[in-house]
Amino acid sequence: MPPDNPHDIHTGSTTGVPVNRRRMVDWLLGTSLGAFLLSVLYPIARYLVPPASAESSVASVTLPIKASEVKANTGHIFKFGNRPAILIRTARGELRAYSAICTHLNCTVQYRPDLAHIWCACHDGHYDLNGRNIQGPPPRPLEMFAVNVRNDEIIVRKTS
Amino acid sequence: MYLESVRRWLDARIGLTDLGTIARKKEIPIHRHSIWYYLGGMTLFLFTVQVVTGILLLLYYRPSAEEAYESVQFLMAEVQFGWLVRSIHAWSANLMIFALFVHMLSVLLLRAYRPPREITWLSGMALFGLALGLGFTGYLLPWNTLALFATKVGTDIPGAVPVVGDFIRLVLRGGEDVTGATLTRFYGIHVAVLPALTTACLALHVYLVQRHGMSVPLDVDRGSSVRKMPFLPSFLLRDLIGWLVAVAVLVSLAAFFPTELGEKADPFGSAPASIRPEWYFMFMFQTLKLLPAHVLGVEGETVGVLAFAAGGLLLTLVPFLDRAAARGERNRLLTFLSLALIAYMVAFTVYGYTSSAGR
Repeated sequence: MPPDNPHDIHTGSTTGVPVNRRRMVDWLLGTSLGAFLLSVLYPIARYLVPPASAESSVASVTLPIKASEVKANTGHIFKFGNRPAILIRTARGELRAYSAICTHLNCTVQYRPDLAHIWCACHDGHYDLNGRNIQGPPPRPLEMFAVNVRNDEIIVRKTS
Repeated sequence: MYLESVRRWLDARIGLTDLGTIARKKEIPIHRHSIWYYLGGMTLFLFTVQVVTGILLLLYYRPSAEEAYESVQFLMAEVQFGWLVRSIHAWSANLMIFALFVHMLSVLLLRAYRPPREITWLSGMALFGLALGLGFTGYLLPWNTLALFATKVGTDIPGAVPVVGDFIRLVLRGGEDVTGATLTRFYGIHVAVLPALTTACLALHVYLVQRHGMSVPLDVDRGSSVRKMPFLPSFLLRDLIGWLVAVAVLVSLAAFFPTELGEKADPFGSAPASIRPEWYFMFMFQTLKLLPAHVLGVEGETVGVLAFAAGGLLLTLVPFLDRAAARGERNRLLTFLSLALIAYMVAFTVYGYTSSAGR
């Protein structure tokens, strides 16, 4: 931008290079303003992101329910760390456990005795007893856990 | 005499005469589509009902997972007229969104967004988004089962957006899952952030409506033959009648269908079979339900969410896309698309309410 005023050009510099004072001042003001905004917005942005809660390192849980109390063709939601999981006794009497978080949009699934498989009420998603998504919108199978019974106590642990 | 001196004192300081001149200059065209001019004022009236009842609710509500449900229970059962205030807040929210839908769709069909009213439309779309945000955040506050799962689903939806989705979800929820932290966050957004933004957008919107006057539809003769009525007092009195009817409807709905509280949210319970969102999200909910797990190799929910986002963007940009209306010409394609949009929303809302959840 050409200076409006010849006094804006400072020609007295020892290098002989004309310095446009107005541009210099604009640059200083602009960067100061930018730095100021940044120093305000950065803490706010960081404040909005919640601190990472310690990722649940739970690898296995002992359920508060006894194996003999779980009837055939029923499902029970239990806490696996801080996430819901589901324990199922199939009609044949086998115990199985899966993550209860629907892979579609995060709802908590349930066991449907009338269908003998897992169902999510939110968007009508269905999973078979291997946790595979068989009908409706869920894109992935449910994570399957290993179930062990020792002295009537049910222990569920991650498989991997 | 005394009043006159007060008036003169105020006039010298805030310019009452100027304001009066502006108000008297405002005129409303009279034609066969004039009825739609009442919808904006109706939405504004219902918004003020929301502000008043919302402030009243604040006096008893406690925003934490431990106390929220109990505080609403106390409000409904113990506080004098607590049930009435909460029911009016909930019903007025629904009616406001409905009035807003009708207002927006009538503006769309009558092409009232034509130049120079593009920014009026944009500020209106912003208000529409804010209203949906208010509805979504307010739904969680009673901390009941329906709200918990609706919020789990609703906050997971931005997670379907590629790249930034997970981050948005984390910030919205205040953590990995929907917990008390989400409730506190939604409370702050519902009572402070969104009302402040709404007030700012509303000020711009109303200012622009005053500045440009009411838009006269293309198919109405735009010559001097369009009759007009003064806003003060003729139109305002008609507005008032509408608002009185709204109050009567609100109180009747609140009295005969008081808002229920439901069961307290249990983060370790299954989603109930009766799960459904607010009616104005129903058409999207039903669409997501019908999408297959994968569409052309992409997850169905991602496709659905991106399609809704694209649709919203197209609707927002309508004043810039509809060049025909800007030239004062008809645009049959847009009329057809608008009607198809309305038909889709109505049909999927009805479908969502009539289809049984389980099969």
